[in-house]
Amino acid sequence: MKIDIILAGVGGQGILSIAATIGLAAVEAGLYLKQAEVHGMSQRGGDVQSHLRLSDKEIASDLIPFGKADMIISVEPMEGLRYLPYLKKDGWLITNTKPFINISNYPDEEKLMAEIKALPNHIALDADSVATELGSVKAANMVVLGAASPFISIEFEKLENAIRTLFGRKGEELVTLNLNALNTGRKFSMEAQK
Amino acid sequence: MQKLLLLGDEAIAQAAIDAGMSGVYAYPGTPSTEVTEYVRSSREAREKGIVATWCANEKTAAETALGMSYAGRRTMTCMKHVGLNVAADAFINSSITGANGGIIFLVADDPSMHSSQNEQDSRFYGKFAMIPILEPSNQQEAYNMVHYGFDLSEKFQIPVMIRITTRLAHSRAGVVRKSSHEQNKVGLPENLRQFVLLPAIARKQYKMLVDNQPAFLKESEESAFNTYLPGKDKSLGIIACGLAYNYLIENFPERDIPFPVVKVQQYPLPEKHIRRLYEECDSLLVLEDGYPIVEEMVKGFLNLGKPIKGRLDGTIPRTGELNPNIVGAGLGFEQEETLDVPSLVAARPPSLCKGCSHIDSFTALNEVLEIYGRGRVFSDIGCYTLSALPPYESINSCVDMGASITMAKGAADAGLVPAIAVIGDSTFTHSGMTGLLDAVNDKSNITVIILDNSTTGMTGGQPSSALGKIEDICKGIGVDEDHIRVLKPLRKHHEENVQIMKEEIEYNGVSVVIPRRECIQTLNKRMRDKFKEKAKAAGK
Ligand SMILES: Cc1ncc(C[n+]2csc(CCOP(=O)(O)OP(=O)(O)O)c2C)c(N)n1
Repeated sequence: MKIDIILAGVGGQGILSIAATIGLAAVEAGLYLKQAEVHGMSQRGGDVQSHLRLSDKEIASDLIPFGKADMIISVEPMEGLRYLPYLKKDGWLITNTKPFINISNYPDEEKLMAEIKALPNHIALDADSVATELGSVKAANMVVLGAASPFISIEFEKLENAIRTLFGRKGEELVTLNLNALNTGRKFSMEAQK
Repeated sequence: MQKLLLLGDEAIAQAAIDAGMSGVYAYPGTPSTEVTEYVRSSREAREKGIVATWCANEKTAAETALGMSYAGRRTMTCMKHVGLNVAADAFINSSITGANGGIIFLVADDPSMHSSQNEQDSRFYGKFAMIPILEPSNQQEAYNMVHYGFDLSEKFQIPVMIRITTRLAHSRAGVVRKSSHEQNKVGLPENLRQFVLLPAIARKQYKMLVDNQPAFLKESEESAFNTYLPGKDKSLGIIACGLAYNYLIENFPERDIPFPVVKVQQYPLPEKHIRRLYEECDSLLVLEDGYPIVEEMVKGFLNLGKPIKGRLDGTIPRTGELNPNIVGAGLGFEQEETLDVPSLVAARPPSLCKGCSHIDSFTALNEVLEIYGRGRVFSDIGCYTLSALPPYESINSCVDMGASITMAKGAADAGLVPAIAVIGDSTFTHSGMTGLLDAVNDKSNITVIILDNSTTGMTGGQPSSALGKIEDICKGIGVDEDHIRVLKPLRKHHEENVQIMKEEIEYNGVSVVIPRRECIQTLNKRMRDKFKEKAKAAGK
């Protein structure tokens, strides 16, 4: 078993919480893990990415080679596309459709969506709206993770446990919010594949 | 033992705690920052009474660590690669004094310049100082090397460098802890003149360092961190240093590399292994993250021997971080075609946060500059350097910490009017104060804008040594009190702020303007913490 995931987003959007959740679940599942993060300069509103590698065998490189990622999980529609060179030809792009616009030359949204839809394997959902309806836009990242969860061969309960552990300290309310977000994202993804 | 999921930086910090370190001294700098952060937030470290201090700069940090080593205890000093330039005087001379308690220089390089001005390779400094260098290839080795590094430092009474790069520093993996080592007791060096580098003593000490080189080499050749891995195909021999080994393995999923490989993780370079590789193989390939230092050493100036491939002959790109594909291409493996980045994807450079005080400062400064024209603003390193980019484009230099004030002075001496320096509060106490003294002593015509957001923002909000001291420092240095002006960078004060900046720029002499408003990130964090405290108290 081996999964290579690129996480994409903008500094401050919380891709590291996604990484931490999958990471914790992977540890519970007894898997090896390597996760290269971006700290520093880019965290100031720039593009950020994380390479997350899971395997039942020891992992060599902290970086995923080009064309080898099983999926890109993106919390922002343009950012997911930035890492396409890493994606396998038949890999999945799971992305939020809500743009994060902090630059003046952000592309036309329709054209952006057309690029995403042109990929053979993609799941695109407005995670911000889903999360807002559930209680807070802050849980958008967990909606996206939920949508990606059917493609991650770790038991779903382990992801849920990871959320309980990670958010437990911050109160029951946050745990419930994020669990709901995860489940709603997952449901969307299962429906979309039918 | 317990397995922890740790960043490379955190693995090093945990190891130092476990290996009996008594103090860590550092100045923040990506990608080294998380080492000291980890120790500072570790309950275990607190309970053990381990000192973990953010110092004014890397030089003060390194010297403090050396003092702790003098007193017999284990210590570490951490910095990014360019930080070692600042600490270089202490670093190079500490190899002459030698150590008493174990001392590790943890230096984090940043190939590809993810968050830096350059991609200098600290192994050159290690070689320059003639001390052992350790270069881990994964988080577990990083952990183990700290234990080994302290032992090595005490065995030879010599500082040891651990060199890591961004990719290891900021990558997480499982790490198993070893049993812990008690802290050393305070104890003086046997020879009370060991640290007195008067020429007569220094010559002796230096001779000892030189005489110790064969011992360092022997240690390195016998070290488990340097290995010769046999291979059947002798057409090529590979030298893989540090992380490069992982990228090599990644190209052989079954781990069946046909070529002999020397895995290098400790320096001086293990001559025995390298010589054997050279003799057995038709050609060599050197894989190293950073500068081609090993390649140059193996190749030699005249390049008279067998073909040596690497960064110098173009087999590997001359600059930038390695990755599995670069190494694969270097091995001659065809690289698959991949999907393209759609052309509509726009660059998203980092930018100042919404609500950042620097925004208001630069908006005011830009208005003032309309009078004098652009090209007169010397800046420094910090979040405010982002004002070089649109929409501000306010600043014209960013070289090294502290250079804003001194470059402005030089330009003023050359006759540039006005000459303006822009520097952050943490950068000011890191390296700006001495330059200000030069300007005061020379009565230079410069205006220094000290952007006081009361934190070290760019590296994640570490406490600033300048906190609450800036006016007094400027006064003490001799800046005329009437020309030290504090203002509040808020849109509603814009007109007033423009006026103050204008007045001080017009003043012929050294003037200081201090826009002061807390960093929006640390403010938000403080508010969140306060809210949590309140909620906790109410919930009880
Ligand atoms: C010699 C050296 N040490 C450390 C760094 C890393 N570094 C870059 S900016 C910065 C913080 C600057 O803080 P401050 O001057 O207060 O500005 P702010 O980011 O808060 O605006 C640090 C530590 C560096 N580039 N060079």
